[in-house]
Amino acid sequence: MLDFVQQLVSGVALGCVYGLIALGFVLVYKATEVVNFAQGDLMMLGGFFAFTFIGMMGLNYWIGFAGAVAAMALFGMLAERVVVRPILGYPQFSIIMATIGLGYFLRSVSGMIWGTDDFKIDTPFSQGVLRIGALVLAHDKLSVIAATIILCTLLWLFFNKTTLGTAMRASSENMLAAYYMGIPVKRVVSIVWAISAAVATCAGVLLAPITFIHSNVGLVLGLKAFPAAVLGGFGSIPGAVVGGVLIGVIESMAGFYLAEGWKDVAPYVVLLAVLLLKPEGLFGRHVRKKV
Amino acid sequence: MRFLFKTDYEDDIRLFPHSGYVVSYGILLAVLLIAPYVVSSYLMSQLVFVCIYATVGVALLILTGFTGQASLGHAAFLAIGAYTAAYLQKYGVPFPVYFLAAGALTGLIGALVGFPALRLQGIYLVIATISFAFIVEEILARWESVTNGNEGMRVKALSLLGVTVSRDSPAFYFLCLAVLVLTIVGTLNLLRSPTGRAFVAIRDSETAARSMGVNVALYKVKSFAISAAITGFAGVLFAHKLSFISPEMFTLQLSIEFIIVILIGGTFSLHGAVLGAIFIVMIDPFLTYLKDDMPGIIAGMAATFGAGTQSAANVQSKVAAFASLNGLKGAIYGIIIVLFVLFEPLGLYGRWLKIKLFFQLFPLYKRATFKRQKIYVKSERNR
Repeated sequence: MLDFVQQLVSGVALGCVYGLIALGFVLVYKATEVVNFAQGDLMMLGGFFAFTFIGMMGLNYWIGFAGAVAAMALFGMLAERVVVRPILGYPQFSIIMATIGLGYFLRSVSGMIWGTDDFKIDTPFSQGVLRIGALVLAHDKLSVIAATIILCTLLWLFFNKTTLGTAMRASSENMLAAYYMGIPVKRVVSIVWAISAAVATCAGVLLAPITFIHSNVGLVLGLKAFPAAVLGGFGSIPGAVVGGVLIGVIESMAGFYLAEGWKDVAPYVVLLAVLLLKPEGLFGRHVRKKV
Repeated sequence: MRFLFKTDYEDDIRLFPHSGYVVSYGILLAVLLIAPYVVSSYLMSQLVFVCIYATVGVALLILTGFTGQASLGHAAFLAIGAYTAAYLQKYGVPFPVYFLAAGALTGLIGALVGFPALRLQGIYLVIATISFAFIVEEILARWESVTNGNEGMRVKALSLLGVTVSRDSPAFYFLCLAVLVLTIVGTLNLLRSPTGRAFVAIRDSETAARSMGVNVALYKVKSFAISAAITGFAGVLFAHKLSFISPEMFTLQLSIEFIIVILIGGTFSLHGAVLGAIFIVMIDPFLTYLKDDMPGIIAGMAATFGAGTQSAANVQSKVAAFASLNGLKGAIYGIIIVLFVLFEPLGLYGRWLKIKLFFQLFPLYKRATFKRQKIYVKSERNR
């Protein structure tokens, strides 16, 4: 029983990581209907920025964290301006390919700049553990869970309660109509990319003590976070986190109870099963087709 | 400029609209047939890869280009074809039998993947095919009694009609070329048949196709099966060419490469698959060439523009250091993909058509002829 709870908790912690990355996917998708395959790589780059500020320049953890988030927000805007804006409105497939290309580019360039070693950031959460009875919870994992809950709530409130959030939802529905209604669509899209890069950076920095930072971390985790976003129904913020947690728990349970090899495949098997039964994901809206 | 007057339906669906096509394709075929006796053995090996990649590209075009179902899982189909061949060959099954068996099995699995894919579209289909590919990769790594797991399988040289065909011989190249040509001709015929038109109708609008009486489910599954089967055939050749296969050769990376093939070539015509394959296969030797020769060339240029010998040598070592940076290739790859999506969405074949039209209409060419329409309304994107 204790094993089960321990696995469950570590699965939830892992899942929150996926959820954090998936949040970035969902944000961009929600506002622009663009699927950003480079999201994991933005996370990786955010981690490297934070490493540069904290590990190499020796800044305070929180200042370095804030600096990395700000720098990545600017970088997100830049990426949007250069790669995404010229092809908005073209078939989804083109945009997917463009972001895959962006991902390739970021991976190799960061490999060229920071090398191919694993890096580690010293965080206030690196050491301590929390004990509840016989249960042992590491602080770094708890920090991820807490950050996921906070970010998810903030973003949900932002999208549903603020004017800017409403403007984002409107421009996702119909860019032209949103433009006619006086919404500065270009600026809105730009801000969404900034937010999503910032969220990715949070994920990257919080992950640094757990998975370390190397130039391929984004690809590996992005490929897990992507099913999480799909499982929750692309375009639903709570869905992304729930999907992430589900994937994380499935992965950790399969790793513990099933034969070797199931750990990596189980999330995808479950994903396929869910897509078979509910093609629009757990929380997705069903859209009626028009001719 | 030549005007074609079409007087009946037969004129409209001819494989060779006029004699010019016969001549140009005849010359191309002749060049390809004498190529192995002229070019270096390295280049010939690359040509074989071009044939294999182009075959997969044609398969992917049927599914993605003409039926509109994106797939990032074609490496898995290639793997299934390759492993079927390797497994059957171990038990002494002759080449023609396992070649066909690999195609049939892959086609069957493609159809099985097609069924769940019926309800999915866009991004959901992409992730479903990625998931499928991951699962296949893991099965290949774990099912050790059949696939030999991560240690991989050796593939012996193929023997056809009692003759052993080594993977570097011209005969193997001719085999790959024959498979490619047959695939292309078969696909052209498929696309001008009712089936092919149903594919295109589904791509353009699923609801409209259904209203016109097209059985969407049936044709989607057919498209998946045909595309997978062709990829399976290519897989057999791939296994023989490499002579060793292991699960880590068939990763998402390879699937992305196949998508890049059709993206760079152009997704609207079979020419695109071949042009894209040439591009993808030849970029490696090209980049190696640049890496080896570029520093010298740049230093030479610096010297001509008045830089001293000392600074020219300095430039040369700087450029050489940059060129041998780890991961430069990935960056170039990424830039190429982004540039193609941004500036040449119709691919290399689209560029060729534009150049051709420019000369045909010489002073009257309009840039807007090839302009694509942008759609900003979500409801219109949900087809």
